[in-house]
Amino acid sequence: MSTIVPFGPQHPVLPEPIQLRLALDDERIVSVLPVVGYVHRGLEKLAEQKDFVQDSYLVERVCGICSFMHSMSYCMGIEEMMEITVPERANYLRVVWAELHRIHSHLLALGLLADAFGFENLFMQLWRTRERIMDAMEYTTGGRVMLNACCIGGVRRDINDEQKAFVLNQLKEAEAELKRLIPVMTDDYSVKKRLVGIGILDKAAAYAAGAVGPTARGSGHAMDHRTTGYIAYKNLDFEPVVETSCDSYARTLVRCREVYQSIDLVRQALDKMPDTEIKVAYKGKPCGEVAIRCEQPRGEVLYYLKGNGTDHLDRMRVRTPTFANIPALMTMLNGSQLADVGMIVLSVDPCISCTER
Amino acid sequence: MTKATAKSPWVVHVNCNSCNGCDIEFLACLTPMYDAERFGVVHIGSPKHADIMVVTGSVNHRNARVLRNLYEQMPGPKVVVAMGICPATGGIFADCYNVLGGVDKVIPVDVYVPGCPPRPEAMLDGILEGAAILAQKQQNTPTVKPVMKLKIVKPAPAPAPAEAPAAAGATGEQAVAK
Repeated sequence: MSTIVPFGPQHPVLPEPIQLRLALDDERIVSVLPVVGYVHRGLEKLAEQKDFVQDSYLVERVCGICSFMHSMSYCMGIEEMMEITVPERANYLRVVWAELHRIHSHLLALGLLADAFGFENLFMQLWRTRERIMDAMEYTTGGRVMLNACCIGGVRRDINDEQKAFVLNQLKEAEAELKRLIPVMTDDYSVKKRLVGIGILDKAAAYAAGAVGPTARGSGHAMDHRTTGYIAYKNLDFEPVVETSCDSYARTLVRCREVYQSIDLVRQALDKMPDTEIKVAYKGKPCGEVAIRCEQPRGEVLYYLKGNGTDHLDRMRVRTPTFANIPALMTMLNGSQLADVGMIVLSVDPCISCTER
Repeated sequence: MTKATAKSPWVVHVNCNSCNGCDIEFLACLTPMYDAERFGVVHIGSPKHADIMVVTGSVNHRNARVLRNLYEQMPGPKVVVAMGICPATGGIFADCYNVLGGVDKVIPVDVYVPGCPPRPEAMLDGILEGAAILAQKQQNTPTVKPVMKLKIVKPAPAPAPAEAPAAAGATGEQAVAK
């Protein structure tokens, strides 16, 4: 006879409402039942009611953390359906904002993890550094969270020399600060005590559960959709970050290393950016169906779009990375201790509002 | 007491139906750049310790009960601050089939901070406005002095020993029910 302990929906560790019904045998977890629906709004249906241009702003509100990447994936899908060729500069600008989003998302996740294991100082310091990235986004697009910079056929805003210098300076400062902070996250004795060997997801289990993003890369799979070279990634030089220790610590290390990788990618993109138009005009309405994938901070997102030649889409479907990671999360939680649940859940970096839409 | 609470309101954050945009901006308010703690604002996990509830996101069929429950757990006087346009009207999601509307359909709201998401400066303003309302509410609440009533408990008379066992069982159950 096991005891059922509800974890959530309101829990100090969780920034978002999800309930995990944990069946316990003493302190050990024997089974997990995720209970969802607390953040479900019905965004996919709303996307069919609004027209396809408005939808690019609507999909930004799927999730406030990776907002730019959602609108970018959606626009890429519509462009493929309508056979629009995006100007090269717009592709590079998309990389810049997407990678800035990845940096801020990873710093946010690392900060929340630090807060969850009681290292409030590290949380505050990481978020202080994150503000530099937010400033860079605000200076180039006007928005801190919802950038609204991506549109069908390109991007809405250009980055001039002054803005470029500002972004590069913020990155330089942020990198210098992170060189002092990340070692605390990776080498500190008490941090390691909470993360090493906790939440094991071995390579075969990660594959079987269909894990994506840092969760899969922390288990030794070199799965990074950016390597397929969409937008301007084909012209940039990078390698997917892989760790092989398969625990919460490995997933944290992947995020720590990806922050540096993204800083490098923004620099490369700003450096190689050609001087062309940033937006093309288009005619007609989307017709046909398309599935498009992008690498978000939490993993791979899949957009399925079906147009019927009118203003309104027939169907829009989003498969978000956290949705793919929930089975992996359940594998990790089975057999672990109740006290480690917070660490394990946050090491996946769950985004519930993405998952439920 | 009134002065102390207004100068250091404890805040609980409830994510109702939010897209995370307002949540991360609210957390950014607490961190060194905006630093809500300079106004004494302390972010805590339990609604039972909180003076101000910050709600992000609109209400849906599932979380309305959770929100109501959390609100009722807060000790009075209490203030609710609605962060963003979603808790005010439903915002961009107002037409969604699963969205009931603003949080004021479920709990009384004192301060609305519009925006998608609001700027951290506006959020800080909202919380401080909430703290001022809290002080006002506290002044208007009459102080109730705890009154200790002495109750003299008389020992119950011993039951008659001659009663049948079935009847004794019935009276025993009644005593438990009382």
